Amino acid sequence: MPAEPTTTTTPPPGGAPATAPDAPSRTRFGALARWETLILCLIVVTGFVGHGLSSDFLSADSFTTASLDLSEVALMALPLALVVVAAEIDLSVASVLALSSAVMGELWNHGQPIELIMVECILVGAACGALNGVLVTRFGLPSLAVTIGTLSLFRGLAFVVIGDQSVTDFPAQWTDRAFGNFAGTAIPNTMILFAALAIGFGVLLHATGFGRSIYAIGANEEAARFSGIRVRRIKMWLFVASGAVAGLAGVVISLRNSTAAANVGTGFELTAVTAVVLGGVSIFGGKGTIPGVVLALVLLGGIQKALTLSDSISSYWIQIVTGTLLIGSVLVPNLYQRAREARGHTTRGRRLWPWRPGMNSSRPQEESA
Amino acid sequence: MSAQADTAPAPVVPEPGHEARRLTDVVFRVRELGIVGALALLIAVTAIMEPRFLQADSLRNLALNAAIFAILAAGQTLVLITRNVDLSVSSVLALSAFMAGTLLSDHPSLPIPIIFLLGMGLGAAAGALNGWLVTFGRVPALVVTLGTLYALRGLAFLWTDGRQVNAETLPDRFLNIGTGSVLGVPTLAIIAIVVVLVVGQYLRDFRSGRELYAIGSSPEAARLAGVRTDRRVWGAFVMAGALAGLGGVLFTARFGTVDATAGSGYEFTVIAAAVVGGVTINGGSGSVYGAAIGALLLGTITSSLIVLKVDAFWQQAAIGTLLLVAIAFDRWIGLRLDAALRQRSARRAG
Repeated sequence: MPAEPTTTTTPPPGGAPATAPDAPSRTRFGALARWETLILCLIVVTGFVGHGLSSDFLSADSFTTASLDLSEVALMALPLALVVVAAEIDLSVASVLALSSAVMGELWNHGQPIELIMVECILVGAACGALNGVLVTRFGLPSLAVTIGTLSLFRGLAFVVIGDQSVTDFPAQWTDRAFGNFAGTAIPNTMILFAALAIGFGVLLHATGFGRSIYAIGANEEAARFSGIRVRRIKMWLFVASGAVAGLAGVVISLRNSTAAANVGTGFELTAVTAVVLGGVSIFGGKGTIPGVVLALVLLGGIQKALTLSDSISSYWIQIVTGTLLIGSVLVPNLYQRAREARGHTTRGRRLWPWRPGMNSSRPQEESA
Repeated sequence: MSAQADTAPAPVVPEPGHEARRLTDVVFRVRELGIVGALALLIAVTAIMEPRFLQADSLRNLALNAAIFAILAAGQTLVLITRNVDLSVSSVLALSAFMAGTLLSDHPSLPIPIIFLLGMGLGAAAGALNGWLVTFGRVPALVVTLGTLYALRGLAFLWTDGRQVNAETLPDRFLNIGTGSVLGVPTLAIIAIVVVLVVGQYLRDFRSGRELYAIGSSPEAARLAGVRTDRRVWGAFVMAGALAGLGGVLFTARFGTVDATAGSGYEFTVIAAAVVGGVTINGGSGSVYGAAIGALLLGTITSSLIVLKVDAFWQQAAIGTLLLVAIAFDRWIGLRLDAALRQRSARRAG
């Protein structure tokens, strides 16, 4: 990652062998010491607090609306998690979503069949991702700078395509599908789509050789290259996947709101990154899980809904709580470890505080103690 | 990442020979000349197509539009050089802008310097929080400032509670700072130039300024060389915060109308301005002057497109493309420099 803090020790390139990603489940405290468990506890707390704030909170209806609101961010967070595990970042996702929405509106105005348009929008997204991927992998440019550039470029292209117009006359059959629930349950169709993609990306990251390669790249790119992993090709695919899913999210948001416009989803990239980091993915790569990201999304959605429903607390608190939680999720484990170091308790392996993937476990202090 | 070593400045050049240093000097001059050249080309093309573009009024507008961004970009440069990033500038700006507006609306007799001090103080406090979280808390800067971007914006909404400050309630002597001029030069531009010169000289000549480059080039090497990295990084965040606070006060003076959404979305434009100006996102390289010209260039593109009657919708796409070209150019220069240095040491060895 480009924005590496100056306090961590950077491994010498090609020097020490890549440390295998920490396996939290194999520590003495097992499942208790996992980051996902802590997020789960926070979700339960949010449930109680939300129930206290409003009796409507723990209802099926509130679940439906809360998850619908987060649909697009949730979709985009999944491939983004893989990108961040590979120690890159994609800030352009929300702009790809907007470009996809704009293209969708424009093509619909030209009278193309809606099913074809959807495929084309996903392809447009994949092409955007491919541009990011080429700039990062072939030109060797830092992904943070590249995707800040394409964040502006793709959003601009969205305005070029459709201007400040919006298209609202999509066929009811499809808008109903995007807005409706699955087979009479309280689960929105978009969440079924999300679940399918979550399982897909989860299996890809956690159960395939491709996924192991992503972890290896994130942990130590140089070492990964020397062990024969096709680093550039894998990163390329990750950016393409991120773009394609953002394109899909653009289709979903256009149908769900029955509006295609160039200004949709402004700021979604930050929410998606928040979900990924809160889910325990290290911003330096090499660590993190899809279940963690899914739980973080549930937590974010729960907090948003709870504060929106509450009459006594202003909904402005959503941003304050989100920001504090994001920082706290990395800060508190770090401070805890600092305190332990200060006391000289460096018994390895015994971690009372849940293991935080973002934590830097190889500290000089720890070794000298 | 691997690119950072390529563009590292003089402090880490292996041979302290004059030749090597001159080479890196040349590279930096090329980089800054490149951006000045792009700016000149843009202005020239626009002026040929539409001669009125060079009239005093239109140039004044250019300077006014770029001034606040130049100040914010100067602050961002300090942080970027240390291999960190500050996404929270826009939220700090909003808080400071609203504070300045409310204070002056409620107490129109308050002396202006007090307002500036309070705004910068507020910004510095936010920067100190960011810096503390990054250095003492060991939280990555991207995560910290993403969090404070949200939290401070939320605070701004909570504080304003839907209200907004209007120009009518602000004293004229304050609004004059944003719109007036001294000897034909906009006051705002003069403030920006002074800020950029001060920060630029600090980075160029002061020990702690040079240490920021050393930290960005290699945090570990800087620490081993006895640089107090945590204190310096903290200081960079405090200065960036103070400049964002200053930007907020000037925002109020310039626009008069302030609500909780003031400056939202500026964070990426500011980083883009600095990066277009040759500040590498991997730290250790770049100058405040480049960043300021970058801000001027981005502002000029916007005005040029309007003057040239190009669809305003192209503006964002143009800025994005410019940023991509700039970083690609940086990378190319870095590779050339690397090759030249290697060739030279090979010749010496042989």
